[in-house]
Amino acid sequence: MDKEKYAKLEEGITPKPPLLKNCIKAFLVGGTICLIAQFIALFYMTFFDFTERTASNPTVATMIFISMLLTGFGAYKKVGQIGGAGGAVPITGFGNAVVSAAIEHRSEGFVLGVGGNIFKLAGSVIVFGVFSAFIVALIKTILVKMGVISW
Amino acid sequence: MVMKGLLTFSSTPSILATGVTAGPLEKKSAFQAGFDKMYEDERCGLETNEQGHAKLMEAACMIALSKVDKIPSDTDFLLTGDLVNQMTPSNFFATTVGIPYFGMFSACATSVSSLLLAALLTEAGMSKLAIAGSSSQHNAIERQFRYPIEYGAQKGDTAQWTVTAAGAAAVAPYQQGLPSIERGTVGKAIDMGMTDPLNMGAAMAPAAADTLKRHLTGHGTSASDYDLIMTGDLATVGFSIFKELVKNQGITEFGNFSDAGMEFYGNNPDFMAGASGAGCSAAVYFSDVYQKMKDKEYKKVLLIATGALLSPLSYQQGETIPCIAHAVELTMK
Amino acid sequence: MFSIYITSFIVGGLICVIGQLMFDVAKLTPAHTLCILVVAGSVLDGFGLYEPLIDFAGTGATIPITSFGNSLTHGALAEAEKHGLIGVLTGMFEVTSSGISAAILFGFIASFLFKPKGSL
Repeated sequence: MDKEKYAKLEEGITPKPPLLKNCIKAFLVGGTICLIAQFIALFYMTFFDFTERTASNPTVATMIFISMLLTGFGAYKKVGQIGGAGGAVPITGFGNAVVSAAIEHRSEGFVLGVGGNIFKLAGSVIVFGVFSAFIVALIKTILVKMGVISW
Repeated sequence: MVMKGLLTFSSTPSILATGVTAGPLEKKSAFQAGFDKMYEDERCGLETNEQGHAKLMEAACMIALSKVDKIPSDTDFLLTGDLVNQMTPSNFFATTVGIPYFGMFSACATSVSSLLLAALLTEAGMSKLAIAGSSSQHNAIERQFRYPIEYGAQKGDTAQWTVTAAGAAAVAPYQQGLPSIERGTVGKAIDMGMTDPLNMGAAMAPAAADTLKRHLTGHGTSASDYDLIMTGDLATVGFSIFKELVKNQGITEFGNFSDAGMEFYGNNPDFMAGASGAGCSAAVYFSDVYQKMKDKEYKKVLLIATGALLSPLSYQQGETIPCIAHAVELTMK
Repeated sequence: MFSIYITSFIVGGLICVIGQLMFDVAKLTPAHTLCILVVAGSVLDGFGLYEPLIDFAGTGATIPITSFGNSLTHGALAEAEKHGLIGVLTGMFEVTSSGISAAILFGFIASFLFKPKGSL
C-alpha cells in the first residue's frame, strides 16, 4: 500500500474534530473570560482612579494572576481541554503558557530551568508581535512622512 | 531456519516471573488488579518526574526478581528502556542494580524488543537469568514530546494518554509449567507519511499490520491459531485502521484481536483514544496476559508491541513519523 | 453602559472561535494560531481599526491575544508621531509592558509554589 492510498484510508477512519461543538465551547469559554475581565475593569474604575482606557493594564495583570492560580492548581489544563481556543486565545492563555513552562522547568533550577524556559511557549508570540508591530509602524510612519496618509 | 528478522527459539526460554508497577492515575486501569505495586505519588515520593520514572522501573525489576527468590547479582543481563532523553531513567536505575546492561530503545515497542533480546541471549546459552522490560512516566514523557503538564492545550479524540507504568519480565531457560517464548518477528521501521503527533495510532497501524503479516506467513501460522493477538498502544483510532489493513490480508475474524492501549483505561473518554507509552504494553503483557497464560486461559498468544520512532526535534523539523512493531509469540504447554 | 458586558462577551467569544477554526480546520498548533492572531491585531491597528473595536467591546477586545499586537503597534505609532522613525523602535513596549511583566513575575513566583501534576 502506498502513502497516498494509506492517507485516504486513514482519513476515512480517523474521527474529525466536532467543529460546531468545539466552536460553541470556544465561544462560551472565551466570552466568559472576557466578561470576567470586564467586571474586573469595573472594579478598578469604581474603586481606583482608572478610566475605561487605563483600567486595561491592571485588568490584564489581574487576569494573569488568576491564570497563575488556576495553572498552579491544575485547573487551567481543564479550561484548555474544554474551551480549546477559548482558553488559549485570551491573555489568561498567554499567562498559562508562561506559568506552566516556569513550573515545569523548575526541576532544572531557577536560572537554566525557569529563566531559560519561561518563554518557551509564549516567546514566539512576543517575537511575532514585536516584529509585525515594527513593520506596520514603519510603513505607516513612512507613508505619513510622504504625506500619503495622516496619523 | 534463519531469515529476514524471523526468530524461532527451539529451546523456548521461559518467563519465570514478572513485575508491574504503576502510578496513582492507573487505579482507573481495567488491568489494575494485576499490577504488583501502585504508587500513591506520581513521582514515587521523589523530587523529579525522571527520578520517579527510574524508581518505577527499579521496583518492577525487583518485584520480578523477588518472586523467584533472586537478587540483582544473580542476574546476567538487564535489558530495559524508556522514552526520556537517551533513556536516562533506565540508565540511572541500571546503576543502582549493577546488572550488566543493554539500554533498549524501540519507543513503545521496547517491551517486546527487550523480551526478544533476552530470549536470544538465553537461547544462545549466554544467559541463565535476564530481565527485560520498559517503562513510561506520564509527566516526564509529555513534557518532552508535547507541552508542559499544566499547559492547557486541547487534545482531540485521536490523542492518547501516556501511562505511568513499568513492566519487567525475568527470562530464563525453559522450565515446565511457565509461559515460554517460542517465536518472534523483528519489525521493520515503516513510515507511511503520517505527521500528527496527536494521532500516533494512525502512524503505527501500518507497522503493526506489516509485522503481523510477516509473522504469520514467515512462521506458517494463521491468526485463528492464537487465543489472543494483542497489539501495543494503537488505541481506538489506530486499532480500527489496523483491522482495516489486516482485512486486506484476508483476515476477517477479529474475536481474538485486542489492543493494550485501547483496553488500558476501559472506555473512559477522559483518556481520549486510549493509553500509550512504553509502560503501556509492558504493564498489560506482563500482568494480565502473563497471568492468564499461567492460568492456562490462553495457550498461545501473539504480542505485537508498537512504537512511534519520532523525536520532538524530528517533528518540529517537519519530518514524518516512522514507526515499528515487534512481535513475540508466547506459548503455555 | 451595560451593553459593554454583552459586546465584550460576544466579541471576545468570536475572536476565540476564529482561533478554534485555525486549530480544527487549518490544523495549526496553538503557537502558530496565537502568532497569527497577534500579527492580525498589529495589522488591524495599522489601519486604525483596533481602537474602535476596544471602544465597542471593552475587554472583549483587550483580553484576546490580538490586543497584544495592537498595543505593540499602538505604542510604536504613538512614539513615531512624536519622534519620527526612531520612535518606532522605542515605543513598542510603552503600552504592553504590564502583560509581559505580570506574566514573568507571576510565572517566576509560581515556580516556587507549584509542581506539575499529571492529573486529568
